Amino acid sequence: MKVTKRGLWAVGALTVTASLVLTGCTAASDTTDSAAGNGGSLTVWVDADRASVLKDAAADFTAETGVEVKLVQKEFGDIRDQFVAQVPTGKGPDIVIGAHDWLGTFVTNGVVAPVELGDKADDFQAVGVTAMSYEGQVYGVPYSIENIALVRNTALAPSTPATFDEMVTMGEAAGTEYPFLVGLDPEAADPYHLYPFQTSFGAPVFGTDADGSYDAEALEIGNAGGDEFAAWLAEQGAAGVLNTNITGDLAKEKFVAGEAPFYLTGPWNVPAAVEAGIDVAIDPIPSAGGEDAQPFVGVQGFFVSAKSENALAANEFIVNYMGSEEVQTALFEVGGRAPALTASFEAASADPIVAGFGTVGENAVPMPSIPAMGAVWEFWGVTEAAIINGGDPTSLWQKMSGDIQTAIAG
Amino acid sequence: MTTSPQTDPGPLRQSARSKRATRIADAASGGWKVVAAKILGLGVVDAIAIYALFVLVRSESWLVAGLVAAVTLLVNWIYFSRGKLPAKYLAPGLIFLAIFQIFVLLYSGYIAFTNYGTGHNSTKEDAVNALLLSSQNRVEDSPSYKLTVLEQLGEISFLVTEPDGSVSIGGNERPLEDVRNAQLEGGVAVGLNGYTSLGFQDIIAKQTEIAAISVPLTDDPNDGMLRTPDGSSAFLYTSSLEYDEAAGTMRDTNSGTVYSDIGTGAFTSDAGQELLPGWKIDVGFDNFIRAFSEESIRGPLISVTVWTFAFAFLSVFTTFALGLFLAIVFNDKRMKSRKYYRIIMILPYAFPGFLSALVWAGMMNQEFGFINTVLLGGAEVPWLTNEWLAKGSVLFVNLWLGFPYMFLVTTGALQAIPEELTEAATVDGAKPWAIFRFVKLPLLLVSVAPLLISSFAFNFNNFNLIYMLTNGGPRDVSAGVNVGATDILISMVYKVAFVGANRDYGLASAFAIIIFILVAGISIISFRRTKSLEELN
Repeated sequence: MKVTKRGLWAVGALTVTASLVLTGCTAASDTTDSAAGNGGSLTVWVDADRASVLKDAAADFTAETGVEVKLVQKEFGDIRDQFVAQVPTGKGPDIVIGAHDWLGTFVTNGVVAPVELGDKADDFQAVGVTAMSYEGQVYGVPYSIENIALVRNTALAPSTPATFDEMVTMGEAAGTEYPFLVGLDPEAADPYHLYPFQTSFGAPVFGTDADGSYDAEALEIGNAGGDEFAAWLAEQGAAGVLNTNITGDLAKEKFVAGEAPFYLTGPWNVPAAVEAGIDVAIDPIPSAGGEDAQPFVGVQGFFVSAKSENALAANEFIVNYMGSEEVQTALFEVGGRAPALTASFEAASADPIVAGFGTVGENAVPMPSIPAMGAVWEFWGVTEAAIINGGDPTSLWQKMSGDIQTAIAG
Repeated sequence: MTTSPQTDPGPLRQSARSKRATRIADAASGGWKVVAAKILGLGVVDAIAIYALFVLVRSESWLVAGLVAAVTLLVNWIYFSRGKLPAKYLAPGLIFLAIFQIFVLLYSGYIAFTNYGTGHNSTKEDAVNALLLSSQNRVEDSPSYKLTVLEQLGEISFLVTEPDGSVSIGGNERPLEDVRNAQLEGGVAVGLNGYTSLGFQDIIAKQTEIAAISVPLTDDPNDGMLRTPDGSSAFLYTSSLEYDEAAGTMRDTNSGTVYSDIGTGAFTSDAGQELLPGWKIDVGFDNFIRAFSEESIRGPLISVTVWTFAFAFLSVFTTFALGLFLAIVFNDKRMKSRKYYRIIMILPYAFPGFLSALVWAGMMNQEFGFINTVLLGGAEVPWLTNEWLAKGSVLFVNLWLGFPYMFLVTTGALQAIPEELTEAATVDGAKPWAIFRFVKLPLLLVSVAPLLISSFAFNFNNFNLIYMLTNGGPRDVSAGVNVGATDILISMVYKVAFVGANRDYGLASAFAIIIFILVAGISIISFRRTKSLEELN
């Protein structure tokens, strides 16, 4: 008797799972199908952090327009690949939240529709709109902008350093264990965090074409400035200022423990330091090579699916609603990420930390979203790590540039 | 059952038969509780299946709906009919097998013969739509028009107000005409006699239709088309691509370049330039040919294959050796508090493997890791950044992760070997080593060998450990390929097929099949040899 019962439970569990698996893929389409009949509905994919932030905004939008907004929570890192896979089936969401550097993948796969910001384009910070553009076409509404800056422990270093060398001198004078911290990786360094120093030698990754978008054909990384940067890496590595064994976690831990006056990082690591009672100031990144130290900026925003059956409602939601000052300010107040809308950003700048990162961000460049960037990441970090750890700078750097060129062409 | 009770009233036979009948009746019907549980359980299953069917039929997924219906009927038939005991046991397992194993296998087999991946994501129709959609460029310095959507006899028109206040109307393929008698509200035309102005709700209800409308600015289509992204404003666009449906070609209206479908899954110009997105096509054995001919794969293939075999073999060998040693030690009756030691031994097995790998990566940091700073008193041993030490570290961490499993398995197998055998051997004058070597180990291998083979297959594809611990590194930067010293086949495939955000699922699936053939081949040969082992005993 027992056996029959157990078999029954098993079959129950089985059919439940099977039905859910089979319907799971179609459940989303359910909402899109019914849209035409009533007030319409939008399916929006958001990550856990933003889901709570967007909940009120979505409810307000529904109250105002009658369009229902369904927030589907996803792991941020999963959104890109799942969106690319699901849009072609016609069962994907109408809107997704994402990072601007996914745009290359989205456009090459034909899963996003262009967005017309119209006259509102000028209301956003210029770098936000540039980041959301691909080959001259705007595809997303920027929502928040993030970049790294120099975080200074004011108790250990009273003034802002003008150059990298000055910073190291000040750091050594502070008498702490490390003059300066940046999170690297033993195997792959961290090109993202080292990029401002690289640009200060005049060696961006790609050149830009007429409309300001990155040009995969114009690889600039191996120019003369690149060689100088490589030599600088070797020098700093030998001096112990850059140490690939200090990982991101270690760098944070040591800065929070007050073991260094300077820390190159983003706003995400500042709360931990503030909680530990450290009085921080946000400074511009000091130049190592004489030119401006331009970090990468990461822009988050909303994209509309190319196959959305609710395109008008989706555009209304992200351009006219999510792009409005009240909503962007409200999103900042709940989520704490620097808004992309200029007016909201100015309001948010009452916070000196937001303002500090924002000032550095004015000078920043969007991280390239072109697919060729994949080839760059493959060789970039390991080469930096090898140079910092004593490899020959010029030959390794030129080898890297050549390898990237080959990988892009092939 | 051809004979009736009257013709064969033997008392013995009758009682046996009635016993059997009772037994069958019991097994088939059970008590009323079982019947109730059965009805309840199947009721839940059917309710969910019917809900699923509704959803599926509404989204017009006929094939899946048919499958769900068929499977539900089958399940009901199996569990409501008497007997069919084997089916009752096997049905759930078989259905799971079909969904989670066979379907996945067949699907990745199919993908291996396509170019599915970044840029070849969908159908040709989707690619054409996406290309045309993103080729809509807003005319530079054109104004933004205030828009009111009008309807007359089911036909949609756009009533637009330019920034200078002039009002005009137009529709699909009806160029803009000036309008004088529009109703204005704050300088914006909001209505026109004879037309109904659509509110936001109405616009949303007809959004697919409205989004598809493009109103020519003038009679000359090259002046651009007015389209609306949100129903309340319109912008002037020109298209930089033109699709010729008859010829199946795309033409760049600015440069005049013609891109045609040459069977590679993307519109390609004569100069070989591709327009992306392309679409998914069948490519035959191309992916398999690429798997062996592409330079980035062919170069490191031999060394990676050798290391993969070495890694898988050594992992099995070391974990088995340590697991067996500990099992023998803890199997000895003289060992005190064996239970507690055994529990501690199992701990590494209880942690998620990828987490352990990450923790080990931190502990093996050259300068700040626990091993170097605490255990070795500040020595800077490059555990993960030296080629050979990294290989050793990977094996060591895998040993730590894997020995509890072997320990468990061999403990069980050892306890199943009768004590008398050891006694008999001792009486015959055998030393402990000889007992182990000639009596226990062969008996042990009979039951454990299949597990060793499956452990080999598992480690052959142990992606988690490599990815989390070293990510394949350290890499020789001067080699010019993105493959490191500890990369095994599967992690190399991952790096080659998934570069940055670019995905090449076709190539990845082809590799998966090649690796499957390798592992399956090795397993079959090993299982054959295990059989001979059994015969020996």
